[in-house]
Amino acid sequence: MRTVTVVGASLAGLYAARELRAQGFDGRLVIVGEESHRPYDRPPLSKDFLLGKAGEDQLALSDVDETLELGAEWMFGVRARGLDARGRTVLLEGGRTVSTDGVVIATGASARRLPGPALTGVHTLRTLDDARSLRAELLRGPRRVVVIGGGFIGAETASSCAALGHSVTVVEAAPLPLLPQLGPEMAAVCAGLHARGGVELVTGVGVAALRGDSAVHGVELADGRVLPADVVVVGIGAVPNTGWLAGSTLALHDGVLCDDGCVTALPQVVAVGDVARVGGARAEHWTSATAQPRVAVRNLLAGHAVETVRPMPYFWSDQYGSRIQFAGRRKDGDQVRVVEGAVEDGSFLALYERAGVTTAALAVDRPRPFTRVRRELARGEARPVVRSVAEPVAL
Amino acid sequence: MIPVCRLEDLPEGGSVRIDTAPPIAVFHADGELYAIDDTCTHQDASLSEGWLEGCLVECPLHEASFDLRTGRPTCLPARRPVRTHRVTVEDGVVHVHPAAEEGTAA
Ligand SMILES: Cc1cc2nc3c(=O)[nH]c(=O)nc-3n(C[C@H](O)[C@H](O)[C@H](O)COP(=O)(O)OP(=O)(O)OC[C@H]3O[C@@H](n4cnc5c(N)ncnc54)[C@H](O)[C@@H]3O)c2cc1C
Ligand code: FES
Repeated sequence: MRTVTVVGASLAGLYAARELRAQGFDGRLVIVGEESHRPYDRPPLSKDFLLGKAGEDQLALSDVDETLELGAEWMFGVRARGLDARGRTVLLEGGRTVSTDGVVIATGASARRLPGPALTGVHTLRTLDDARSLRAELLRGPRRVVVIGGGFIGAETASSCAALGHSVTVVEAAPLPLLPQLGPEMAAVCAGLHARGGVELVTGVGVAALRGDSAVHGVELADGRVLPADVVVVGIGAVPNTGWLAGSTLALHDGVLCDDGCVTALPQVVAVGDVARVGGARAEHWTSATAQPRVAVRNLLAGHAVETVRPMPYFWSDQYGSRIQFAGRRKDGDQVRVVEGAVEDGSFLALYERAGVTTAALAVDRPRPFTRVRRELARGEARPVVRSVAEPVAL
Repeated sequence: MIPVCRLEDLPEGGSVRIDTAPPIAVFHADGELYAIDDTCTHQDASLSEGWLEGCLVECPLHEASFDLRTGRPTCLPARRPVRTHRVTVEDGVVHVHPAAEEGTAA
């Protein structure tokens, strides 16, 4: 393999580039990124960056030395717009092409938007540019902020806006935010954090429309209520960036379809990070975007899948001064119980169990026991837990 | 020099955090006492809550690992070392000598 092209210059793309060099690839390495920025880390955007606690320099994922060491040809501000049927040519916007022997697809996902015309004051939060413009608006004085969507990014954004002194309402269409991820008991616990942060949570009602001519001034709910708003943050999930691959031979369905080793139907094309649907599932977590590249690159250089990834899903979230950590694969119907600490103290470890086996763990400000369980889950050693330490879940 | 705790209160595999500015984590690992800055250089997790394996501590947030002897990260995502501090035991009490303090004393 003489040339490898990485498409997407963010977390998963950078980790793939590192792995290529670490695993001995010494050919031409081309990295194409649509954004004009060097690789930066997204998780702080809704947390310390929005709060003003971390500047742009602290978001950088790499430094000058490492960039030089990688010996890559970086193309920033350049969008890939196609991949030929054999996966040997990457077409770039503007008509240029890159001939290549291998491709790493790392184009991530984009924030889902609401239909309708663009109004000023309406934001999404996915990119540094998004975060810059939201932050600039929040610095202009007290605002009435409505966050649409109570998922992790919505909750973190609401928490940061409240901490900056704004009046904040979160609208969630489901009866509780994070229900599919956490199940009813723990979703209720996390929903409770909003109240603690002084944020109003409106659940069980969808958004009908945004009100405003050029600038937004309200959010109309499906039940007719109108929430006045100067700033609206739309946090309703992300869609994988596969549009540029239309017309290639790759199978696309909520992501780039890959086997368990991140390899697509073309052995010289692998996909990693938020855009990759690996072995039937797509993860939108930092840890998968950093773990998949090692295996994907190994398989790319080997010419076929010699290794598979099955990392234990893990994510964290910082809201209202609490650190939430979750690991494992929870399914509906799993029993949940608090095994350390107490919900009302704001610091606890809860285990999800099925037939006496731990399937997942959720911790709020309990990193040490959480890590222990996470490691056990990862090793597949989740043993039945001793009943005597059980405490009822207090809600 | 800062007293930390009695030696018997810091058993093998244990750690304590002291609220200096910046906070320092003291570990009893691999039969030795070590002290490093508590805050992970990647983001803001507390390394005293980390996972000990030999003389490596793994950050509880994104699994960067630091060598307690040198403070150097042994894997990503951390890229900068944490400062290390000297530890002594006097009359059964563990003491930390913060690096900056030593620097000025010398
Ligand atoms: C605000 C926010 C907070 C988050 N917080 C957490 C958290 O607390 N915990 C957690 O586990 N995860 C968190 N995440 C998720 C985590 O950041 C993502 O899982 C991770 O960024 C995925 O990395 P990626 O490289 O796959 O995709 P991305 O980071 O989306 O990067 C994809 C890159 O590809 C570029 N691109 C797209 N299309 C093209 C094209 N056609 N040509 C060239 N370039 C292209 C994009 O511009 C982008 O730079 C958060 C995400 C956001 C947005
Ligand atoms: S905060 Fe320690 S690895 Fe990220």
